Amino acid sequence: MANREYTVPQLFKHIETPKIEPNSMQLPGPFKAKSNHQQTLGFPSELIDNWQQNAIDAMGQAVNQSRGLRVFLDSCVKCGACTDKCHYYLGSADPKNMPVARQDLFRNVYRKYHTPAGRFLSKLGLDWLIGGQEMNRSVLDDWYNYYHQCSECRRCTVYCPYGIDTSEITMAARNIMSQIGVGQKYSTEVISKVYQVGNNLGLPEAALQNTLEGLEEDIEEETGIFVKLPLDQVGADILLVAPSADFFAEPHVDGLIGYAKVLHESGISWTFSSKASEAANFGLFIGNEDSMRKIALRIREAAIDLGVKRIIFGECGHAWRVAYNYLETLAGPFDFLDKNHPMPQHICEFTHDLIQRNQLTLDPSRNNDKTVTFHDSCNVARASNMGGISGGQFSIPRDIIKAVCNRYVDMAKDTIHGATFCCGGGGGLLTDDLMEVRVKGALPRMTALNNVVEEQGVTHMAAICAICKSQFSKILPVYGMDMDMIVSLHQLVGTAIILTGQKKTIHQKIENQHRLL
Amino acid sequence: MNIFFAIAFYFAAAVMTLGLGHKVFQYWSTPAPFRIPITPAPSTLPGVVLRMMAEVFLFKSLFKANKWIWILGWVFHASLVLVLLQHIVYFQKQPAIWIYQLQPYSQLAAYPLIICLSGLLLRRFLVDRIRYISSPSDFIMLFFLIAIALSGLLMMLFWQPNVFAVQQYFTGLLRLTLNPLPNHLLLYLHLLLVVFLLLIFPFSKLLHAPGIFFSPTLNQADNARQKPHRPSKTRFDNNG
Ligand code: SF4
Ligand code: SF4
Ligand code: SF4
Repeated sequence: MANREYTVPQLFKHIETPKIEPNSMQLPGPFKAKSNHQQTLGFPSELIDNWQQNAIDAMGQAVNQSRGLRVFLDSCVKCGACTDKCHYYLGSADPKNMPVARQDLFRNVYRKYHTPAGRFLSKLGLDWLIGGQEMNRSVLDDWYNYYHQCSECRRCTVYCPYGIDTSEITMAARNIMSQIGVGQKYSTEVISKVYQVGNNLGLPEAALQNTLEGLEEDIEEETGIFVKLPLDQVGADILLVAPSADFFAEPHVDGLIGYAKVLHESGISWTFSSKASEAANFGLFIGNEDSMRKIALRIREAAIDLGVKRIIFGECGHAWRVAYNYLETLAGPFDFLDKNHPMPQHICEFTHDLIQRNQLTLDPSRNNDKTVTFHDSCNVARASNMGGISGGQFSIPRDIIKAVCNRYVDMAKDTIHGATFCCGGGGGLLTDDLMEVRVKGALPRMTALNNVVEEQGVTHMAAICAICKSQFSKILPVYGMDMDMIVSLHQLVGTAIILTGQKKTIHQKIENQHRLL
Repeated sequence: MNIFFAIAFYFAAAVMTLGLGHKVFQYWSTPAPFRIPITPAPSTLPGVVLRMMAEVFLFKSLFKANKWIWILGWVFHASLVLVLLQHIVYFQKQPAIWIYQLQPYSQLAAYPLIICLSGLLLRRFLVDRIRYISSPSDFIMLFFLIAIALSGLLMMLFWQPNVFAVQQYFTGLLRLTLNPLPNHLLLYLHLLLVVFLLLIFPFSKLLHAPGIFFSPTLNQADNARQKPHRPSKTRFDNNG
């Protein structure tokens, strides 16, 4: 199942809607889950006997348990409004990547087995009239392939007259596949690591401790100030939950340094937790409520164990969605936290608030080497909010960037805010075995970025999603851009911040020095 | 034909009401496990009502998505409403005065109705993406609607049945009495197609009509912080 040869799409001025090229992305799909990971998650280790009937039954169950799914499956009128809205379709031209066609892979089976019309017409042999589809091996293959070419970004939902959310169908399909023994390697592996070690990367506590100490030294070397990055400090006020990539990946770690500086300056005590050393929740990606709950409960337990008053999430797109909209439902109530702070908070809300109250000394000229644009991560943009103000998820990050950088430029209107294009690697697709999908899916975002680079001299793109950052640092070079263009939002903050007592000159010397780690 | 259409309409009305009733109950009673509004979303109930009205009356999302589909779809639905309002005269012995005042507009609406339906049909044939996602039933549905509208228009323009007798027939049906239906082929065709449409309503994509009101991405408020979403495990809990 090695990656096949493919051509990287060319960047044009506009995001073109291609003519359909049926089956152009007919691939084997991502690597299948290993049996031990399937078992850790409570799924059968391989494709079970009688999987057809089991899948059909699971489908009925899923629909009975989700109003959304039921309404979405019934309501589509095939108007076609969503057909040119998915980045995977725009980048690959495979018609099964059109959101409605992706839904139909599920809907056609549902219609045949679970609707009166489908059952009646099937008896007459006429179910083809309504697109009825038997559950068979080639359907399963299509499911596995095309439901792993959806990043669950919900861009299609924004344009559907009934708000039909393809990601809900993708999640349901992935969950059904897991239940009949066909899981995805990447996501199940990651979830298993969270169960066993506490984070997606399997970083054990000692390694975490080491990393944090290394970062403390880095910050001290850079600023002359000792900033503590506490781990498991009982009695701290704030529990900071960051995506584990923040501990070591580039450019994530620079963002983490940014959080640390901000928290340090706030004067409020804070801590990481080795138990909840992961903000991400891949249970969402595979549509499995049990895994989602298990992962979410770790955060609750850590917060109780450490006796914190507030929980703050680092820069992670879907983690924020889960934190904002799901966490109470999964692991609440969080009534042991301080009532004065919305539960939980985003690090951007925290930083924004400090900036507003003039509690941070910022020197935006330190970012004068950059002209910055901002990538709205879809899970933040379309599935959450910040600050309790309408559109706060768009304005707060931008306000922060503008406070720490002198040059800020937005990308084209139809590619930002609620209309933002996914980076191409979200929703459990950030794995090398899906490289072709990731490259093609990034085309719309790369087009928009390339335009502001050429027309407005943009040099950097900030993001607040760990997956986006990893995806972009891989994909930018593929499209002929520099991988260092992608920066963490809090990296910009960290650069502009002048810590209390910090001598300005020390910073200048170190600024261009290459930092390992 | 009198008796045939009487039975057909009673049956179709029953299927449509029970079927739709069942569907609405099903939508209402299926739990919504998580909060999934598409943001930015209103955080209050009045805000949600406003958002829903913008979708139902103006097709706001569709407008953002595609101007062609929007104009064809919106004008089609608006014309349909005007034309349907006119049909109230067949069910009331003394129709309200505003129905008569509306008449000239409703009659005119027949044209955009047919034009837009044809436009939608044409798109289904001509745009490769839309052809790809269309099942036979999607074409059939449009053919049906066009046939209903055309037969109605032809009756109005060239071959009017005895309108008074039709009114007598349907007001009679409402009172469980059987009056003669004019002997009129085009009318028969028109009515037959309508019966069929009523019959398939609760089993087809026409369910988008009740469905939109239950769509959680549109009807949920963005207020998880103030009002945590805690669906109980029973089937009868909603929004929470
Ligand atoms: S959710 Fe995003 S990736 Fe999935 S079909 Fe819709 S637009 Fe495409
Ligand atoms: S926009 Fe909505 S209703 Fe139209 S085809 Fe897509 S999913 Fe179906
Ligand atoms: S990775 Fe980022 S852009 Fe892509 S789906 Fe997630 S939040 Fe969206």
